[in-house]
Amino acid sequence: MGKTTTTSNIAVALARGGHRVVAVDADIGLRNLDVIMGLENRVVYNFIDVLEGTCRLHQALVRDKRVENLFLLPAAQTRTKDAVNSAQMEELCAMLRKEFDFILLDSPAGIESGFRNAAVGADEAIVIATPEVSSVRDADRIIGLLESMGKTPIRLVINRLRPNLVRQGDMLEVSDVLDILAIDLLGIVPEDDSVVKASNRGEPLTFTDTSPASKAFQRIALRIAGEDVPFPKFDEDRSSGFFAALRKFFGRTE
Amino acid sequence: MAMEFLKKFFSRGGSKNTAKERLQIVLIHDRADISPEMLDSLRRDMIGVITRYMDIDTSKIEMDFDREDRSVAFVANIPVIRIKRTPLPEETGGEKKDDGGKKTQSKRKTGRA
Repeated sequence: MGKTTTTSNIAVALARGGHRVVAVDADIGLRNLDVIMGLENRVVYNFIDVLEGTCRLHQALVRDKRVENLFLLPAAQTRTKDAVNSAQMEELCAMLRKEFDFILLDSPAGIESGFRNAAVGADEAIVIATPEVSSVRDADRIIGLLESMGKTPIRLVINRLRPNLVRQGDMLEVSDVLDILAIDLLGIVPEDDSVVKASNRGEPLTFTDTSPASKAFQRIALRIAGEDVPFPKFDEDRSSGFFAALRKFFGRTE
Repeated sequence: MAMEFLKKFFSRGGSKNTAKERLQIVLIHDRADISPEMLDSLRRDMIGVITRYMDIDTSKIEMDFDREDRSVAFVANIPVIRIKRTPLPEETGGEKKDDGGKKTQSKRKTGRA
C-alpha cells in the first residue's frame, strides 16, 4: 500500500539530492502519479505515445519546475494494460537509462500483466507493505513473483507504521514483518496525517523537510543512493520491563 | 515466571501476536501453492525413485497438499503392485526394469553395505 505516494516522495528527494530522476507511471488506465506529483495539468503525451512513435521521449517527459532534474513520464489513461508488452517496456527503460541516474517505475496493483510489465525492465525492486496481515501476505506473493523474475535486490518499505499501536502490542513490529518476509529493509515510514494533505495539494512531502514521513522518505532516498543511514526506532517495544509495566499500569488508571 | 506473569498481567492483550501467528500460517498455505509444472516434475522424480524399489501403478497416483490448522503436509498415495528384492541402480531412474539390471544391482548393494 502506498506505491504512488512512495514513488513521488522518493523521486522528489532523489532529485533534491542532485540526481537526475524520472518517475514513470506504469499504471496504464489508472494513472495517478501525475496528480500525486501535482503535474496533471501539464501532461500532454504518455509513454505509450513514445513507444508507438506518436511523439519523442522528450515531448512526453513532464518537467517538474519545483526542482532541478525531476521528470514525470505519464501513463496513458484511456488505454488498457494490454497496450504494451514486456519487450516494449524493456525498450522504454533502455531509452530512459541513457538519460537518468534513477528511474522509478510506479507499478500497478495486482500480479497481472501490468505488474509484470512494470517489473520486467527494472534492475531492482522496492516492495511497499503496511504492517497488517493482508498487506504482508500480498507482499509475500509479490516478492515470490519478483524472485522468480530474477529481480534483485528486493527491498522492503514498511509504510504507515503506527508507533503507539506497536507499543501497546496491537501492530506488527518491523522485526516481525522482516522475520516473515525475509528481505532487506529499505525504510520505515510512520503514519502521518501530512501525507493526505500533501496528496490534496499535489505536493510530495519531501519538498519540505518537517514531517516525520518526509524525513523517512528522505532517508529512503539516501539509502537508494547508496548511503548508509541508520534506522530510527519508531516502534521501540516499551511494553517489556518493570518500569514499562508500571507506566502501563498507571497509564491505565487515568 | 513471575516476570512473565507480570507482563501478562500488565499487558493490554495486544492483537499483534494473533496477527503474526495468522500470517505465518496463511503464508505456509500460500507458499505451498506450487505450480502444476512443479508438481508434474515432482511426480516424475518421485516415480523415478520409487520404481527403483517397487512396481507401482503410476496411473493411480494421487498427490496433494494436506492443509491442517497449523501445518501443511505433502501427501502421496501410491498403489504398490510388487516390492523389489533389491533396488534398481539410481542412474536408470526409469519406470521400466531393464534387463541388464542384475549385475549393477548387486554392485549397488555392496556399495551401500
